[in-house]
Amino acid sequence: MNIVVLVKQVPDSGADRNLRPDDNTVDRGSANNVINEMDEYAIEEALKIKEAHGGEVTVLTMGPDRATESIRKALSMGPDKAVHVVDDALHGSCAVATSKVLAAALGQLNADLVICGAESTDGRVQVMPHMIAERLGVAALTGARKLTVDGATLTVERQTEEGYEVVTASTPAVVSVWDTINEPRYPSFKGIMAAKKKPVQTLSLGDLGVAPAEVGFDGATSAVLEHSKRPPRSGGEKITDEGEGGVKLVEFLATEKFV
Amino acid sequence: MSEVLVVVEATKEFGVKKVTLEMLTLARELGTPSAVVLGGAGAAEALSAKLGEYGAEKVYAAEGEEIDGYLVAPKATVLAELVRRVQPAAVLLASSQEGKEIAARLAVKLDNGILTDVVALAADGTATQVAFAGSTIVKSKVTKGLPLVTVRPNSLNPTQAAATPAVEQLTVSVSDADKLAKVVERVAEQKGSRPELTEASVVVSGGRGVGNADNFKLVEELADLLGGAVGASRAAVDSGFYPHQFQVGQTGKTVSPQLYVALGISGAIQHRAGMQTSKTIVAVNKDAEAPIFELADFGVVGDLFKVVPQAAEEIRKRK
Repeated sequence: MNIVVLVKQVPDSGADRNLRPDDNTVDRGSANNVINEMDEYAIEEALKIKEAHGGEVTVLTMGPDRATESIRKALSMGPDKAVHVVDDALHGSCAVATSKVLAAALGQLNADLVICGAESTDGRVQVMPHMIAERLGVAALTGARKLTVDGATLTVERQTEEGYEVVTASTPAVVSVWDTINEPRYPSFKGIMAAKKKPVQTLSLGDLGVAPAEVGFDGATSAVLEHSKRPPRSGGEKITDEGEGGVKLVEFLATEKFV
Repeated sequence: MSEVLVVVEATKEFGVKKVTLEMLTLARELGTPSAVVLGGAGAAEALSAKLGEYGAEKVYAAEGEEIDGYLVAPKATVLAELVRRVQPAAVLLASSQEGKEIAARLAVKLDNGILTDVVALAADGTATQVAFAGSTIVKSKVTKGLPLVTVRPNSLNPTQAAATPAVEQLTVSVSDADKLAKVVERVAEQKGSRPELTEASVVVSGGRGVGNADNFKLVEELADLLGGAVGASRAAVDSGFYPHQFQVGQTGKTVSPQLYVALGISGAIQHRAGMQTSKTIVAVNKDAEAPIFELADFGVVGDLFKVVPQAAEEIRKRK
């Protein structure tokens, strides 16, 4: 099975994150940039399918030059190769334009199965799998907590607010996964060394047949007008329980009219 | 005034969800609200009275197996046809998994911009979003097409405005391409009478400090006394104390209730990401240095197994 995993480099969600004051895009220059956490689960799932059914795993990333670091990190887990879509004109692209570029790249890769994280920790927009599926005319099985592959039939368990749904589709398809699906492996030393030699193909917009005017700020379908930091919360009263902590807690809730 | 389409979220058990009422309230500021029900047979009939109470002048309905038996694609197709026909002033969906997914497909079909997790929307289409775990406030706008927006639950107070909506059944003509992802089974899991996590006005969450699954009864008891939902930190979920769908945080649900009670939760950045826009935060933790106290309006340093039962008893006394 030819599997492509979508990987996004994002600013570390454990640190302070900002939008740039000059063009309102995510500040990646001063951030510690890492693989989107959910994508590691997608890579793990792809590797497990390859191990059980054979095939090849390709990592696909759209991002600036420095996304190479995340591509090597992804490859160190075990995928066979990577494709990096990189082009200066992509800076400032909205989700709709991004899906156009990724769909064009996927069109060249002939994937049976595209796996991605359910959302990225920077935007948390969650729209990419369905946007890509819509463009490619394939099924999207999103929010999987379990994926079963039986020949060309995919079955997914997907968490809902009421419980879960079982959803099936035939390949080709896009599957997005939550962090409940597996436990991602740590790259081994051998994996890290091997990753340095794995092929990484770069593709420009020209290679994909996408016009620069369709992406970036020129092609954006939405715009950030302004942004500001929310004033940080400050702690209020803190008491130490000396036998009356529960009562005092309720007294506070009563003054706030919750009780 | 132009129509504003509000895509209804509802559950079989509780009917119209609160976020839908919030969207109808918001839609009245922008134009004339029309509710769109995309669901199983008879869904609109069951929901239209409630939708009318909050100002829906019209209810469009697309129902049946063709709509409900597959993941979102048929819903997006029907909605796209409706948007092309009525040319609404805006389209509002809930910022839930399904709401975002329908909106995603609609954006591609119409080559239209999309804004998610919106907490306010002005008449000129300027949206307010909260980004980076509640640390950044963003004003943004759709610059191509109409305002296509997903609204985060608990963004505003729903208010009533009685209307008597007429139900219009939409012709459903979905192609085979929309029927690729078939729902073969829907399984309801334990839920009880508690409000849904993202919509609840009170959320009581437990963390690693709760110790085990059995002890979560304590969290549930306090939640029930406060009429709230139960949440859990990632540490608690990863340890198997509580199911994943109740996880609050970066890789779980984002909640913004009036009151958030954190029990035995240290307040790692991953957790704060999902709850720090809550109106009032209360914490109980035995570690006086726990970062959760930096956010808490009221904090008790102490053993939650002593503090929580006492608090529960005190609430009962006052009732």
